[in-house]
Amino acid sequence: MTRPIAILLAALVLAIPLSLLAGQVWISPFGPPVRNAIPILMELRLPRAVLALVIGAGLGASGAAMQGYLRNPLADPGLFGIAPMAALGAVLSFYTGFSVQPFALPLFALAGGAIAMVLLALIAGRSGGIALFTLAGMMIASLAGALTSLAISLSPNPFALSEIVTWLMGALADRGWHEVWIALPPTLLGLILLARAGPALDALTLGEAAARSLGMEPRRLQVLMVAGVGLIVGAGVAVAGIIGFVGLVVPHLVRPFTDGRPSALLIPSALAGALLLLIADCLCRLLPLAGGELRLGIALSLIGAPFFLRLLLKMRKELG
Amino acid sequence: MLAAKSLTIPGRLTDVSAALAPGAVTAIVGPNGAGKSTLLAAFAGLISGPVALDGTPLAALSPQQRAQTIGFLPQDGEVAWNLSVETLARLGRLPHKTSRAEDDAATAAALSALDLERFASRSVGTLSGGERARALLARVLAGTPRWILADEPLAALDLAHQQALLRQFRLLAGQGTGIALVLHDLAQARNHADRVIVLQDGRVAAEGPPHEALTEEVILKVWGVAARWTGPETARALSLDRT
Repeated sequence: MTRPIAILLAALVLAIPLSLLAGQVWISPFGPPVRNAIPILMELRLPRAVLALVIGAGLGASGAAMQGYLRNPLADPGLFGIAPMAALGAVLSFYTGFSVQPFALPLFALAGGAIAMVLLALIAGRSGGIALFTLAGMMIASLAGALTSLAISLSPNPFALSEIVTWLMGALADRGWHEVWIALPPTLLGLILLARAGPALDALTLGEAAARSLGMEPRRLQVLMVAGVGLIVGAGVAVAGIIGFVGLVVPHLVRPFTDGRPSALLIPSALAGALLLLIADCLCRLLPLAGGELRLGIALSLIGAPFFLRLLLKMRKELG
Repeated sequence: MLAAKSLTIPGRLTDVSAALAPGAVTAIVGPNGAGKSTLLAAFAGLISGPVALDGTPLAALSPQQRAQTIGFLPQDGEVAWNLSVETLARLGRLPHKTSRAEDDAATAAALSALDLERFASRSVGTLSGGERARALLARVLAGTPRWILADEPLAALDLAHQQALLRQFRLLAGQGTGIALVLHDLAQARNHADRVIVLQDGRVAAEGPPHEALTEEVILKVWGVAARWTGPETARALSLDRT
Protein backbone atom coordinates (compact mmCIF):
# COMPACT_ATOMS: atom_id res chain seq x y z
CA MET A 1 0.00 0.00 0.00
CA THR A 2 1.43 3.37 -0.97
CA ARG A 3 1.70 6.27 1.44
CA PRO A 4 -1.09 8.50 0.05
CA ILE A 5 -3.52 5.58 0.27
CA ALA A 6 -2.52 4.87 3.89
CA ILE A 7 -2.85 8.54 4.88
CA LEU A 8 -6.24 8.89 3.20
CA LEU A 9 -7.51 5.70 4.82
CA ALA A 10 -6.41 6.97 8.23
CA ALA A 11 -8.14 10.30 7.58
CA LEU A 12 -11.34 8.47 6.64
CA VAL A 13 -11.20 6.33 9.78
CA LEU A 14 -11.07 9.57 11.79
CA ALA A 15 -13.60 11.52 9.73
CA ILE A 16 -16.37 8.94 9.53
CA PRO A 17 -17.17 8.75 13.30
CA LEU A 18 -16.84 12.53 13.63
CA SER A 19 -19.27 13.08 10.78
CA LEU A 20 -21.81 10.87 12.50
CA LEU A 21 -21.65 12.94 15.67
CA ALA A 22 -21.92 16.34 13.97
CA GLY A 23 -25.21 17.93 13.06
CA GLN A 24 -27.98 20.17 14.36
CA VAL A 25 -28.13 17.78 17.30
CA TRP A 26 -24.60 17.00 18.49
CA ILE A 27 -24.19 13.50 19.80
CA SER A 28 -21.18 13.09 22.04
CA PRO A 29 -20.18 9.72 23.45
CA PHE A 30 -18.90 11.55 26.54
CA GLY A 31 -21.70 14.12 26.98
CA PRO A 32 -25.21 13.75 28.34
CA PRO A 33 -27.38 11.17 26.55
CA VAL A 34 -29.37 12.54 23.61
CA ARG A 35 -32.97 11.53 23.04
CA ASN A 36 -33.40 9.33 19.93
CA ALA A 37 -29.64 9.12 19.48
CA ILE A 38 -29.80 5.64 17.97
CA PRO A 39 -32.44 6.44 15.30
CA ILE A 40 -30.67 9.70 14.46
CA LEU A 41 -27.41 7.83 13.97
CA MET A 42 -28.72 4.74 12.22
CA GLU A 43 -31.53 6.14 10.07
CA LEU A 44 -30.31 9.66 9.29
CA ARG A 45 -26.61 10.15 9.66
CA LEU A 46 -25.14 6.76 8.84
CA PRO A 47 -26.89 6.34 5.46
CA ARG A 48 -26.06 9.93 4.61
CA ALA A 49 -22.39 9.36 5.46
CA VAL A 50 -22.29 6.11 3.49
CA LEU A 51 -23.88 7.86 0.53
CA ALA A 52 -21.31 10.68 0.70
CA LEU A 53 -18.53 8.07 0.73
CA VAL A 54 -20.00 6.08 -2.17
CA ILE A 55 -20.70 9.08 -4.41
CA GLY A 56 -17.46 10.85 -3.49
CA ALA A 57 -15.37 7.75 -4.19
CA GLY A 58 -17.12 7.23 -7.52
CA LEU A 59 -16.71 10.84 -8.64
CA GLY A 60 -13.06 10.99 -7.53
CA ALA A 61 -12.12 7.80 -9.37
CA SER A 62 -14.10 8.63 -12.50
CA GLY A 63 -12.50 12.10 -12.59
CA ALA A 64 -9.05 10.51 -12.41
CA ALA A 65 -9.98 8.02 -15.15
CA MET A 66 -11.43 10.75 -17.40
CA GLN A 67 -8.33 12.92 -17.06
CA GLY A 68 -6.19 9.90 -17.92
CA TYR A 69 -8.40 8.94 -20.86
CA LEU A 70 -8.48 12.41 -22.38
CA ARG A 71 -4.88 13.14 -21.32
CA ASN A 72 -6.15 16.46 -20.06
CA PRO A 73 -6.08 17.76 -16.49
CA LEU A 74 -9.23 19.80 -17.13
CA ALA A 75 -11.44 16.80 -17.95
CA ASP A 76 -14.16 15.75 -15.54
CA PRO A 77 -16.80 13.00 -15.45
CA GLY A 78 -19.47 15.38 -16.79
CA LEU A 79 -17.75 15.59 -20.19
CA PHE A 80 -19.35 12.46 -21.61
CA GLY A 81 -22.76 14.06 -21.24
CA ILE A 82 -23.92 11.21 -19.02
CA ALA A 83 -24.54 13.37 -15.93
CA PRO A 84 -26.62 15.97 -17.79
CA MET A 85 -28.68 13.20 -19.43
CA ALA A 86 -29.25 11.54 -16.05
CA ALA A 87 -30.30 14.91 -14.67
CA LEU A 88 -32.67 15.35 -17.63
CA GLY A 89 -34.22 11.97 -16.81
CA ALA A 90 -34.76 13.03 -13.20
CA VAL A 91 -36.22 16.37 -14.27
CA LEU A 92 -38.66 14.58 -16.57
CA SER A 93 -39.84 12.48 -13.64
CA PHE A 94 -40.74 15.71 -11.82
CA TYR A 95 -42.21 17.21 -14.97
CA THR A 96 -44.49 14.26 -15.59
CA GLY A 97 -45.36 13.84 -11.93
CA PHE A 98 -43.99 10.29 -11.79
CA SER A 99 -41.54 11.37 -9.11
CA VAL A 100 -44.13 10.78 -6.40
CA GLN A 101 -43.91 7.03 -7.12
CA PRO A 102 -41.23 5.27 -5.11
CA PHE A 103 -38.05 4.65 -7.12
CA ALA A 104 -39.39 6.50 -10.18
CA LEU A 105 -36.93 9.39 -9.82
CA PRO A 106 -33.72 7.30 -9.67
CA LEU A 107 -35.02 4.98 -12.40
CA PHE A 108 -35.70 7.93 -14.71
CA ALA A 109 -32.22 9.28 -13.95
CA LEU A 110 -30.53 5.92 -14.56
CA ALA A 111 -32.47 5.57 -17.82
CA GLY A 112 -31.27 9.03 -18.87
CA GLY A 113 -27.68 8.03 -18.15
CA ALA A 114 -28.11 4.77 -20.06
CA ILE A 115 -29.53 6.59 -23.11
CA ALA A 116 -26.48 8.88 -23.08
CA MET A 117 -24.18 5.84 -23.04
CA VAL A 118 -25.99 4.23 -25.99
CA LEU A 119 -25.92 7.51 -27.94
CA LEU A 120 -22.17 7.83 -27.30
CA ALA A 121 -21.56 4.30 -28.53
CA LEU A 122 -23.66 4.88 -31.66
CA ILE A 123 -22.12 8.22 -32.58
CA ALA A 124 -18.51 7.26 -31.90
CA GLY A 125 -18.93 4.05 -33.89
CA ARG A 126 -16.27 1.38 -33.95
CA SER A 127 -13.22 3.59 -34.40
CA GLY A 128 -12.42 4.09 -30.73
CA GLY A 129 -11.04 7.55 -31.58
CA ILE A 130 -10.99 9.85 -28.57
CA ALA A 131 -11.52 13.28 -30.15
CA LEU A 132 -14.73 12.32 -31.95
CA PHE A 133 -15.95 10.66 -28.81
CA THR A 134 -15.39 13.73 -26.64
CA LEU A 135 -17.19 15.95 -29.13
CA ALA A 136 -20.11 13.51 -29.15
CA GLY A 137 -20.22 13.73 -25.34
CA MET A 138 -20.21 17.53 -25.43
CA MET A 139 -23.02 17.52 -27.98
CA ILE A 140 -25.10 15.20 -25.78
CA ALA A 141 -24.37 17.36 -22.73
CA SER A 142 -25.50 20.55 -24.45
CA LEU A 143 -28.63 18.87 -25.81
CA ALA A 144 -29.51 17.52 -22.36
CA GLY A 145 -28.92 20.97 -20.85
CA ALA A 146 -31.20 22.58 -23.39
CA LEU A 147 -33.96 20.02 -22.85
CA THR A 148 -33.67 20.44 -19.05
CA SER A 149 -34.10 24.19 -19.44
CA LEU A 150 -37.07 23.57 -21.71
CA ALA A 151 -38.67 21.30 -19.10
CA ILE A 152 -38.11 23.96 -16.43
CA SER A 153 -39.59 26.75 -18.56
CA LEU A 154 -42.62 24.63 -19.46
CA SER A 155 -43.06 23.14 -16.01
CA PRO A 156 -46.75 22.38 -15.37
CA ASN A 157 -46.97 24.02 -11.95
CA PRO A 158 -44.90 26.01 -9.46
CA PHE A 159 -44.42 22.95 -7.23
CA ALA A 160 -42.83 20.91 -9.99
CA LEU A 161 -40.67 23.91 -10.88
CA SER A 162 -39.44 24.36 -7.34
CA GLU A 163 -38.80 20.63 -6.94
CA ILE A 164 -36.78 20.53 -10.16
CA VAL A 165 -34.67 23.53 -9.29
CA THR A 166 -34.00 22.34 -5.74
CA TRP A 167 -33.15 18.87 -6.90
CA LEU A 168 -30.76 20.05 -9.59
CA MET A 169 -28.62 21.75 -6.96
CA GLY A 170 -27.51 18.39 -5.62
CA ALA A 171 -27.78 17.37 -1.97
CA LEU A 172 -27.56 14.47 0.44
CA ALA A 173 -30.11 15.86 2.91
CA ASP A 174 -32.95 13.49 3.87
CA ARG A 175 -31.42 10.55 1.99
CA GLY A 176 -31.75 7.12 3.60
CA TRP A 177 -30.78 3.48 3.13
CA HIS A 178 -33.04 3.25 0.02
CA GLU A 179 -30.74 5.64 -1.79
CA VAL A 180 -27.66 3.79 -0.55
CA TRP A 181 -28.93 0.54 -2.07
CA ILE A 182 -29.69 2.30 -5.36
CA ALA A 183 -26.27 3.95 -5.64
CA LEU A 184 -23.92 1.38 -4.13
CA PRO A 185 -24.09 -1.56 -6.61
CA PRO A 186 -23.68 0.47 -9.83
CA THR A 187 -20.89 2.52 -8.26
CA LEU A 188 -19.00 -0.57 -7.12
CA LEU A 189 -19.36 -2.14 -10.55
CA GLY A 190 -18.23 1.11 -12.17
CA LEU A 191 -15.16 1.26 -9.93
CA ILE A 192 -14.21 -2.29 -10.89
CA LEU A 193 -14.52 -1.41 -14.60
CA LEU A 194 -12.36 1.69 -14.17
CA ALA A 195 -9.73 -0.32 -12.29
CA ARG A 196 -9.61 -2.71 -15.25
CA ALA A 197 -9.01 0.27 -17.54
CA GLY A 198 -5.95 1.29 -15.48
CA PRO A 199 -3.12 -0.25 -17.54
CA ALA A 200 -4.61 0.99 -20.82
CA LEU A 201 -4.89 4.50 -19.35
CA ASP A 202 -1.22 4.31 -18.34
CA ALA A 203 -0.30 3.35 -21.90
CA LEU A 204 -2.31 6.32 -23.23
CA THR A 205 0.14 8.63 -21.43
CA LEU A 206 2.36 8.15 -24.50
CA GLY A 207 -0.33 9.10 -27.02
CA GLU A 208 -2.75 6.91 -28.96
CA ALA A 209 -0.27 5.34 -31.40
CA ALA A 210 2.28 4.39 -28.73
CA ALA A 211 -0.51 3.14 -26.49
CA ARG A 212 -1.80 0.85 -29.22
CA SER A 213 1.71 -0.42 -29.82
CA LEU A 214 1.76 -1.31 -26.10
CA GLY A 215 -1.35 -3.44 -26.55
CA MET A 216 -4.03 -0.91 -25.61
CA GLU A 217 -7.28 -1.74 -27.43
CA PRO A 218 -9.11 1.55 -28.11
CA ARG A 219 -12.56 0.04 -28.44
CA ARG A 220 -12.26 -2.04 -25.26
CA LEU A 221 -10.99 0.96 -23.31
CA GLN A 222 -13.86 3.07 -24.61
CA VAL A 223 -16.41 0.50 -23.47
CA LEU A 224 -14.79 0.27 -20.02
CA MET A 225 -14.74 4.06 -19.71
CA VAL A 226 -18.32 4.67 -20.83
CA ALA A 227 -19.73 1.84 -18.73
CA GLY A 228 -17.58 2.65 -15.69
CA VAL A 229 -18.09 6.40 -15.67
CA GLY A 230 -21.71 5.98 -16.79
CA LEU A 231 -22.67 3.64 -13.96
CA ILE A 232 -20.97 5.81 -11.35
CA VAL A 233 -22.25 9.16 -12.58
CA GLY A 234 -25.72 7.84 -13.39
CA ALA A 235 -26.09 6.31 -9.91
CA GLY A 236 -24.76 9.46 -8.24
CA VAL A 237 -27.09 11.79 -10.11
CA ALA A 238 -30.01 9.43 -9.50
CA VAL A 239 -29.78 9.76 -5.72
CA ALA A 240 -28.09 13.11 -5.11
CA GLY A 241 -28.53 15.34 -8.17
CA ILE A 242 -25.63 17.07 -9.87
CA ILE A 243 -22.53 17.32 -7.70
CA GLY A 244 -19.81 19.10 -9.61
CA PHE A 245 -16.12 19.77 -9.17
CA VAL A 246 -15.28 16.65 -7.11
CA GLY A 247 -14.21 14.79 -10.23
CA LEU A 248 -12.17 17.74 -11.45
CA VAL A 249 -10.54 18.87 -8.22
CA VAL A 250 -9.74 15.62 -6.44
CA PRO A 251 -7.33 14.10 -9.00
CA HIS A 252 -5.38 17.38 -8.95
CA LEU A 253 -5.05 17.36 -5.20
CA VAL A 254 -3.84 13.77 -5.23
CA ARG A 255 -1.62 13.71 -8.34
CA PRO A 256 1.49 15.33 -6.77
CA PHE A 257 1.59 12.54 -4.18
CA THR A 258 1.61 9.71 -6.75
CA ASP A 259 4.06 8.79 -9.52
CA GLY A 260 1.68 10.44 -12.00
CA ARG A 261 0.38 7.35 -13.81
CA PRO A 262 -3.41 7.43 -14.25
CA SER A 263 -3.75 3.94 -12.73
CA ALA A 264 -1.81 5.00 -9.64
CA LEU A 265 -4.29 7.84 -9.23
CA LEU A 266 -7.51 5.81 -9.22
CA ILE A 267 -7.58 4.50 -5.63
CA PRO A 268 -6.20 7.64 -3.95
CA SER A 269 -8.70 9.75 -5.92
CA ALA A 270 -11.56 7.49 -4.82
CA LEU A 271 -10.50 7.81 -1.17
CA ALA A 272 -9.92 11.56 -1.40
CA GLY A 273 -13.26 12.05 -3.17
CA ALA A 274 -15.02 10.13 -0.42
CA LEU A 275 -13.28 12.23 2.23
CA LEU A 276 -14.02 15.52 0.47
CA LEU A 277 -17.71 14.77 0.05
CA LEU A 278 -18.05 13.54 3.63
CA ILE A 279 -16.48 16.72 5.01
CA ALA A 280 -18.37 19.02 2.63
CA ASP A 281 -21.67 17.38 3.58
CA CYS A 282 -20.86 17.80 7.29
CA LEU A 283 -20.15 21.49 6.74
CA CYS A 284 -23.46 21.88 4.88
CA ARG A 285 -25.22 20.32 7.86
CA LEU A 286 -23.47 22.58 10.36
CA LEU A 287 -23.60 25.96 8.61
CA PRO A 288 -26.46 27.95 10.06
CA LEU A 289 -28.56 29.08 7.12
CA ALA A 290 -32.02 30.58 7.25
CA GLY A 291 -34.55 28.28 5.61
CA GLY A 292 -32.64 24.97 5.80
CA GLU A 293 -29.14 23.85 4.96
CA LEU A 294 -26.65 24.83 2.30
CA ARG A 295 -27.00 22.56 -0.75
CA LEU A 296 -24.03 20.30 -1.24
CA GLY A 297 -23.78 20.97 -4.98
CA ILE A 298 -23.63 24.72 -4.32
CA ALA A 299 -21.09 24.32 -1.52
CA LEU A 300 -18.76 22.27 -3.73
CA SER A 301 -19.07 24.69 -6.63
CA LEU A 302 -18.21 27.53 -4.25
CA ILE A 303 -15.09 25.63 -3.18
CA GLY A 304 -14.34 24.43 -6.69
CA ALA A 305 -14.54 27.66 -8.68
CA PRO A 306 -11.57 29.40 -6.98
CA PHE A 307 -9.61 26.17 -7.26
CA PHE A 308 -10.36 26.00 -10.98
CA LEU A 309 -9.25 29.61 -11.34
CA ARG A 310 -5.94 28.83 -9.61
CA LEU A 311 -5.45 25.92 -12.02
CA LEU A 312 -6.09 28.16 -15.02
CA LEU A 313 -3.68 30.81 -13.75
CA LYS A 314 -1.01 28.17 -13.24
CA MET A 315 -1.56 26.86 -16.77
CA ARG A 316 -1.40 30.41 -18.13
CA LYS A 317 1.94 30.87 -16.41
CA GLU A 318 3.28 27.60 -17.83
CA LEU A 319 2.17 28.58 -21.34
CA GLY A 320 4.06 31.87 -20.86
CA MET B 1 11.26 -11.52 -40.89
CA LEU B 2 8.69 -8.78 -40.60
CA ALA B 3 7.33 -8.56 -44.10
CA ALA B 4 4.67 -6.58 -45.92
CA LYS B 5 3.32 -8.17 -49.08
CA SER B 6 1.46 -6.09 -51.66
CA LEU B 7 0.43 -3.70 -48.93
CA THR B 8 -2.09 -1.13 -50.17
CA ILE B 9 -3.60 1.53 -47.94
CA PRO B 10 -5.88 3.75 -50.01
CA GLY B 11 -4.45 7.20 -50.56
CA ARG B 12 -1.20 6.42 -48.77
CA LEU B 13 0.53 3.22 -49.91
CA THR B 14 0.18 1.27 -53.16
CA ASP B 15 1.30 -2.32 -53.60
CA VAL B 16 4.25 -2.07 -51.21
CA SER B 17 6.25 -5.25 -50.66
CA ALA B 18 9.15 -4.85 -48.28
CA ALA B 19 10.74 -6.81 -45.45
CA LEU B 20 12.72 -6.11 -42.30
CA ALA B 21 15.37 -8.62 -41.25
CA PRO B 22 16.37 -9.51 -37.69
CA GLY B 23 19.79 -8.23 -36.69
CA ALA B 24 19.72 -5.54 -39.37
CA VAL B 25 19.10 -1.79 -39.37
CA THR B 26 16.68 -0.84 -42.14
CA ALA B 27 16.22 2.81 -43.06
CA ILE B 28 12.93 3.97 -44.57
CA VAL B 29 13.44 7.16 -46.58
CA GLY B 30 11.50 9.27 -49.03
CA PRO B 31 10.18 12.79 -49.63
CA ASN B 32 7.53 14.28 -47.33
CA GLY B 33 4.22 12.53 -47.82
CA ALA B 34 5.79 9.46 -49.47
CA GLY B 35 4.18 7.14 -46.88
CA LYS B 36 7.18 6.43 -44.60
CA SER B 37 5.30 6.76 -41.30
CA THR B 38 2.36 4.82 -42.70
CA LEU B 39 4.63 1.93 -43.70
CA LEU B 40 6.26 1.97 -40.26
CA ALA B 41 2.85 1.94 -38.55
CA ALA B 42 1.80 -0.98 -40.76
CA PHE B 43 4.96 -2.89 -39.79
CA ALA B 44 4.04 -2.17 -36.15
CA GLY B 45 0.55 -3.60 -36.70
CA LEU B 46 -1.10 -0.25 -35.93
CA ILE B 47 -2.67 -0.12 -39.41
CA SER B 48 -4.20 -3.36 -40.54
CA GLY B 49 -2.78 -4.81 -43.72
CA PRO B 50 -1.00 -7.88 -45.09
CA VAL B 51 2.02 -7.78 -42.78
CA ALA B 52 3.42 -11.04 -41.44
CA LEU B 53 5.83 -11.81 -38.62
CA ASP B 54 7.85 -14.94 -39.48
CA GLY B 55 4.97 -16.04 -41.68
CA THR B 56 2.19 -15.35 -39.16
CA PRO B 57 -0.13 -12.45 -40.08
CA LEU B 58 0.13 -9.67 -37.47
CA ALA B 59 -3.65 -9.64 -37.28
CA ALA B 60 -3.54 -13.21 -35.97
CA LEU B 61 -1.53 -12.15 -32.92
CA SER B 62 -3.26 -10.79 -29.84
CA PRO B 63 -2.55 -7.10 -29.14
CA GLN B 64 -0.51 -8.23 -26.15
CA GLN B 65 1.63 -10.73 -28.11
CA ARG B 66 2.24 -8.11 -30.77
CA ALA B 67 3.18 -5.52 -28.14
CA GLN B 68 5.65 -7.91 -26.50
CA THR B 69 7.37 -8.53 -29.83
CA ILE B 70 7.35 -5.14 -31.60
CA GLY B 71 8.42 -1.91 -29.92
CA PHE B 72 7.20 1.29 -31.58
CA LEU B 73 8.62 4.76 -30.99
CA PRO B 74 6.33 7.42 -32.49
CA GLN B 75 7.60 10.70 -33.79
CA ASP B 76 5.66 13.08 -31.55
CA GLY B 77 7.23 11.84 -28.30
CA GLU B 78 4.15 12.71 -26.26
CA VAL B 79 4.22 12.18 -22.49
CA ALA B 80 0.92 13.46 -21.12
CA TRP B 81 1.80 13.43 -17.43
CA ASN B 82 4.97 14.59 -15.76
CA LEU B 83 6.32 11.12 -14.96
CA SER B 84 9.78 10.35 -13.68
CA VAL B 85 12.18 8.84 -16.20
CA GLU B 86 12.02 5.53 -14.34
CA THR B 87 8.20 5.45 -14.35
CA LEU B 88 8.22 6.35 -18.06
CA ALA B 89 10.64 3.53 -18.91
CA ARG B 90 8.57 1.10 -16.83
CA LEU B 91 5.53 1.76 -19.09
CA GLY B 92 7.39 -0.42 -21.59
CA ARG B 93 6.67 -3.38 -19.30
CA LEU B 94 2.88 -2.98 -19.70
CA PRO B 95 2.46 -5.77 -22.29
CA HIS B 96 4.40 -8.21 -20.11
CA LYS B 97 2.64 -10.03 -17.32
CA THR B 98 5.89 -10.65 -15.48
CA SER B 99 6.95 -10.40 -11.85
CA ARG B 100 7.86 -7.10 -10.26
CA ALA B 101 11.51 -8.24 -10.02
CA GLU B 102 11.68 -8.98 -13.75
CA ASP B 103 10.10 -5.61 -14.54
CA ASP B 104 12.61 -3.91 -12.24
CA ALA B 105 15.53 -5.67 -13.91
CA ALA B 106 14.38 -4.90 -17.47
CA THR B 107 13.70 -1.26 -16.60
CA ALA B 108 17.09 -0.86 -14.91
CA ALA B 109 18.84 -2.49 -17.88
CA ALA B 110 17.10 -0.13 -20.31
CA LEU B 111 18.05 2.94 -18.25
CA SER B 112 21.62 1.71 -17.98
CA ALA B 113 21.91 0.99 -21.71
CA LEU B 114 21.02 4.61 -22.46
CA ASP B 115 23.15 6.03 -19.66
CA LEU B 116 20.08 7.34 -17.85
CA GLU B 117 20.58 5.93 -14.34
CA ARG B 118 21.32 9.30 -12.80
CA PHE B 119 18.16 10.71 -14.40
CA ALA B 120 15.95 7.92 -13.07
CA SER B 121 14.07 10.05 -10.56
CA ARG B 122 14.07 13.24 -12.64
CA SER B 123 10.70 14.20 -14.10
CA VAL B 124 10.38 14.14 -17.88
CA GLY B 125 9.40 17.82 -17.98
CA THR B 126 12.84 18.87 -16.74
CA LEU B 127 14.86 16.98 -19.38
CA SER B 128 16.61 18.47 -22.38
CA GLY B 129 15.60 17.34 -25.86
CA GLY B 130 18.37 14.75 -26.08
CA GLU B 131 17.71 13.35 -22.61
CA ARG B 132 14.02 13.13 -23.36
CA ALA B 133 14.64 11.25 -26.62
CA ARG B 134 16.77 8.74 -24.72
CA ALA B 135 14.14 8.37 -22.00
CA LEU B 136 11.49 7.63 -24.64
CA LEU B 137 13.75 5.04 -26.25
CA ALA B 138 14.39 3.53 -22.81
CA ARG B 139 10.63 2.94 -22.59
CA VAL B 140 10.84 0.87 -25.79
CA LEU B 141 13.97 -1.02 -24.66
CA ALA B 142 12.40 -1.87 -21.29
CA GLY B 143 9.86 -3.97 -23.19
CA THR B 144 12.75 -6.07 -24.60
CA PRO B 145 11.13 -6.25 -28.07
CA ARG B 146 12.61 -8.35 -30.88
CA TRP B 147 11.77 -5.54 -33.30
CA ILE B 148 12.18 -1.81 -32.79
CA LEU B 149 10.42 0.57 -35.17
CA ALA B 150 11.24 4.25 -34.67
CA ASP B 151 9.73 7.19 -36.55
CA GLU B 152 12.38 9.89 -37.09
CA PRO B 153 14.17 9.15 -33.80
CA LEU B 154 17.05 11.49 -34.69
CA ALA B 155 14.99 14.56 -35.59
CA ALA B 156 15.67 17.52 -33.29
CA LEU B 157 18.75 15.89 -31.76
CA ASP B 158 22.21 17.44 -31.81
CA LEU B 159 25.10 15.65 -33.49
CA ALA B 160 26.43 13.93 -30.36
CA HIS B 161 23.01 12.57 -29.42
CA GLN B 162 22.40 11.42 -33.00
CA GLN B 163 25.64 9.48 -32.89
CA ALA B 164 24.88 8.01 -29.46
CA LEU B 165 21.46 6.83 -30.60
CA LEU B 166 22.77 5.39 -33.88
CA ARG B 167 25.41 3.44 -31.90
CA GLN B 168 22.69 2.15 -29.61
CA PHE B 169 20.64 0.93 -32.56
CA ARG B 170 23.73 -0.74 -34.03
CA LEU B 171 24.43 -2.44 -30.70
CA LEU B 172 20.85 -3.74 -30.49
CA ALA B 173 21.02 -5.01 -34.06
CA GLY B 174 24.21 -6.83 -33.12
CA GLN B 175 22.21 -8.63 -30.43
CA GLY B 176 19.69 -9.79 -33.03
CA THR B 177 17.04 -7.07 -32.77
CA GLY B 178 15.49 -6.03 -36.07
CA ILE B 179 15.52 -2.23 -36.38
CA ALA B 180 13.59 0.03 -38.74
CA LEU B 181 14.18 3.78 -38.70
CA VAL B 182 12.37 6.45 -40.66
CA LEU B 183 15.13 8.91 -41.59
CA HIS B 184 15.29 12.20 -43.46
CA ASP B 185 19.08 12.46 -43.58
CA LEU B 186 20.14 10.34 -46.55
CA ALA B 187 23.80 10.34 -45.47
CA GLN B 188 22.77 8.75 -42.16
CA ALA B 189 20.79 6.13 -44.05
CA ARG B 190 23.71 5.49 -46.37
CA ASN B 191 26.33 5.22 -43.60
CA HIS B 192 24.40 3.53 -40.80
CA ALA B 193 21.75 1.28 -42.34
CA ASP B 194 22.19 -2.25 -43.64
CA ARG B 195 19.24 -1.90 -45.98
CA VAL B 196 17.26 1.05 -47.31
CA ILE B 197 13.67 1.24 -48.50
CA VAL B 198 13.05 4.31 -50.68
CA LEU B 199 9.41 5.35 -50.96
CA GLN B 200 7.91 7.72 -53.49
CA ASP B 201 4.21 8.61 -53.67
CA GLY B 202 3.29 5.52 -51.65
CA ARG B 203 5.29 3.08 -53.78
CA VAL B 204 8.70 1.45 -53.34
CA ALA B 205 11.06 3.34 -55.65
CA ALA B 206 14.19 1.42 -54.67
CA GLU B 207 15.18 -1.18 -52.10
CA GLY B 208 18.40 -2.90 -51.11
CA PRO B 209 21.81 -2.23 -49.57
CA PRO B 210 22.45 1.54 -49.21
CA HIS B 211 24.94 1.84 -52.05
CA GLU B 212 22.46 0.22 -54.43
CA ALA B 213 19.22 1.80 -53.25
CA LEU B 214 20.50 5.32 -52.61
CA THR B 215 22.34 6.11 -55.83
CA GLU B 216 22.61 9.60 -57.24
CA GLU B 217 20.18 8.54 -59.99
CA VAL B 218 17.56 7.42 -57.43
CA ILE B 219 17.96 10.67 -55.50
CA LEU B 220 17.48 12.68 -58.67
CA LYS B 221 14.43 10.63 -59.68
CA VAL B 222 12.73 10.55 -56.26
CA TRP B 223 13.67 13.91 -54.72
CA GLY B 224 14.26 15.79 -57.97
CA VAL B 225 17.61 16.97 -56.62
CA ALA B 226 20.96 16.63 -58.33
CA ALA B 227 23.33 15.52 -55.58
CA ARG B 228 26.69 13.82 -55.41
CA TRP B 229 28.09 11.33 -52.91
CA THR B 230 31.54 12.29 -51.71
CA GLY B 231 34.00 11.03 -49.10
CA PRO B 232 35.15 7.55 -48.03
CA GLU B 233 32.84 4.52 -48.21
CA THR B 234 32.14 4.36 -44.44
CA ALA B 235 31.45 8.09 -44.07
CA ARG B 236 29.74 9.25 -47.22
CA ALA B 237 28.49 12.83 -47.46
CA LEU B 238 25.82 14.10 -49.80
CA SER B 239 26.73 17.29 -51.62
CA LEU B 240 24.02 19.38 -53.20
CA ASP B 241 24.74 21.52 -56.24
CA ARG B 242 24.39 25.22 -55.70
CA THR B 243 22.43 25.76 -58.88
